[in-house]
Amino acid sequence: MNRPDNAITRYTTVNRINHWITAACFVLLVLSGLSMFHPMLFFLSGLFGGGQWTRAVHPWIGSVLLLSYLGLIVQFWRENLIHGDDIAWLKSIRRVLANQEAGVPPVGRNNAGQKLVFWSMALLIPVLFFSGLLIWEVYFGAATPIPVQRVAVLVHSLAAIVAIIVWIVHVYAALWIRHSVRAMTQGYVTPGWAWRHHRKWLWALASGRHDRHAPEERP
Amino acid sequence: MSDLQSQDYVRRSASTLTPPSARSHEDQVAKLIDVSRCIGCKACQSACMEWNDLRPEIGYFEGSYENPMDLGPSVWTLMKFAEHENEQGNLEWLIRKDGCMHCEDPGCLKACPAPGAIVQYANGIVDFISDKCIGCGYCVKGCPFDIPRISKTDHKSYKCTLCSDRVSVGLEPACVKACPTGAIMFGAKTDMQRQAQDRIVDLKSRGFDKAGLYDPPEVGGTHVMYVLHHADRPSLYSGLPDKPRISPVVGAWKGVLKPLALAGIALAVVAGFFHRITAGPNEVTAEDEARGERVLREGGDGETVSEESP
Repeated sequence: MNRPDNAITRYTTVNRINHWITAACFVLLVLSGLSMFHPMLFFLSGLFGGGQWTRAVHPWIGSVLLLSYLGLIVQFWRENLIHGDDIAWLKSIRRVLANQEAGVPPVGRNNAGQKLVFWSMALLIPVLFFSGLLIWEVYFGAATPIPVQRVAVLVHSLAAIVAIIVWIVHVYAALWIRHSVRAMTQGYVTPGWAWRHHRKWLWALASGRHDRHAPEERP
Repeated sequence: MSDLQSQDYVRRSASTLTPPSARSHEDQVAKLIDVSRCIGCKACQSACMEWNDLRPEIGYFEGSYENPMDLGPSVWTLMKFAEHENEQGNLEWLIRKDGCMHCEDPGCLKACPAPGAIVQYANGIVDFISDKCIGCGYCVKGCPFDIPRISKTDHKSYKCTLCSDRVSVGLEPACVKACPTGAIMFGAKTDMQRQAQDRIVDLKSRGFDKAGLYDPPEVGGTHVMYVLHHADRPSLYSGLPDKPRISPVVGAWKGVLKPLALAGIALAVVAGFFHRITAGPNEVTAEDEARGERVLREGGDGETVSEESP
């Protein structure tokens, strides 16, 4: 790996493997799920070997996603706790979107946008899993009354749509903020990247006070 | 289960284009079940099994005349027995042949995500085209009558076909042919409605003043209709829905949510694209690198560094 000397580790190998398992599951679930959601997208079921296979495999991928995302929650929940800083950052969201870094309050390891993505998924994925269980015809088709399943299928669709939109925001932000993708593929960022986007995190790292498993409170 | 001709389709599941329905004229058919003439002999059940080659697993006696206890992937029609004590304190044995009602506005077809797995022919029959079925169970959620059953063997959904294969060659459904009392009739829907009116007049003259035809308008009418002695209370007949309708939950899921969801997803992508070509990517500058390096070198505490404007 062509890693510069001054590189800062942002995501460990375990972080990255866990993230990409989650990502692969999510993409497969979006493709298979949408094929069963809208007739115009039914052709996507061909990617999974036809409609029967799509229907059969979708819940299993969903189960892997739940476990995988639980892994991400265990690894990242502390650094995504909401602080007062996050409110200040959200208030300057217009400047953030306009790439006007000046006037955006410095943030720690994660900004409020990243935290919102993290917690949205932490909520949506269990909702999707449990509503999905109720409509998993092969094993749970007879477990609940039909009116319950009707609500479950609506909740499942709604939650999926919200999750897809959150995912689009997540992917776009990673492409927009240059070299974020490298943090999740090769694991490191440059000091300049950290300075520009996560200044408080850089300060904490430089002063040796950063502990990944403690909230980044400034003294 | 079977397939007439695609030219006969008037509705086709999970399809955004209107089916052709190329034939110029086709009579709407209907099966009329006169509950007041049914003796509960189950000849219709046997005939259904016989014609459609269905052999449900042999079960156990459950203390009821119903046998088996529920519809299933191999039980497309089932006699349901209800004991009702009327106002005079007399017992009435209400026997209803349960099965697909062949709704004019079929909830199963509306819910189905597999293109062409459920179709409605111009004659009104709602049919499952099994090779296109993916076994998701959405039809079960769409149906207001709790009819479709998913097979554990091949993971496909099954129900009464109204013997579409027989009807397409001019024969009546197997149950109609087998019924020894003439309680099950088959023909043009208008003829069946007229036939029902005669029966209702007769029943009313014999004291059943609430007798009537069950052809629920909430689902656009059905192609299987009942003559009931107590048409004011269909639920007496082993839970026949008083006002069957496609659940509004299913309506929202299959109606407003589909276009709204695709629009929402498309909007997110378009917004991202336009942000990219207006605001552009957020690049780390050489100055950022210099400042970042300095923080690391000096073990920088924010108190001093943050005073500088970037």
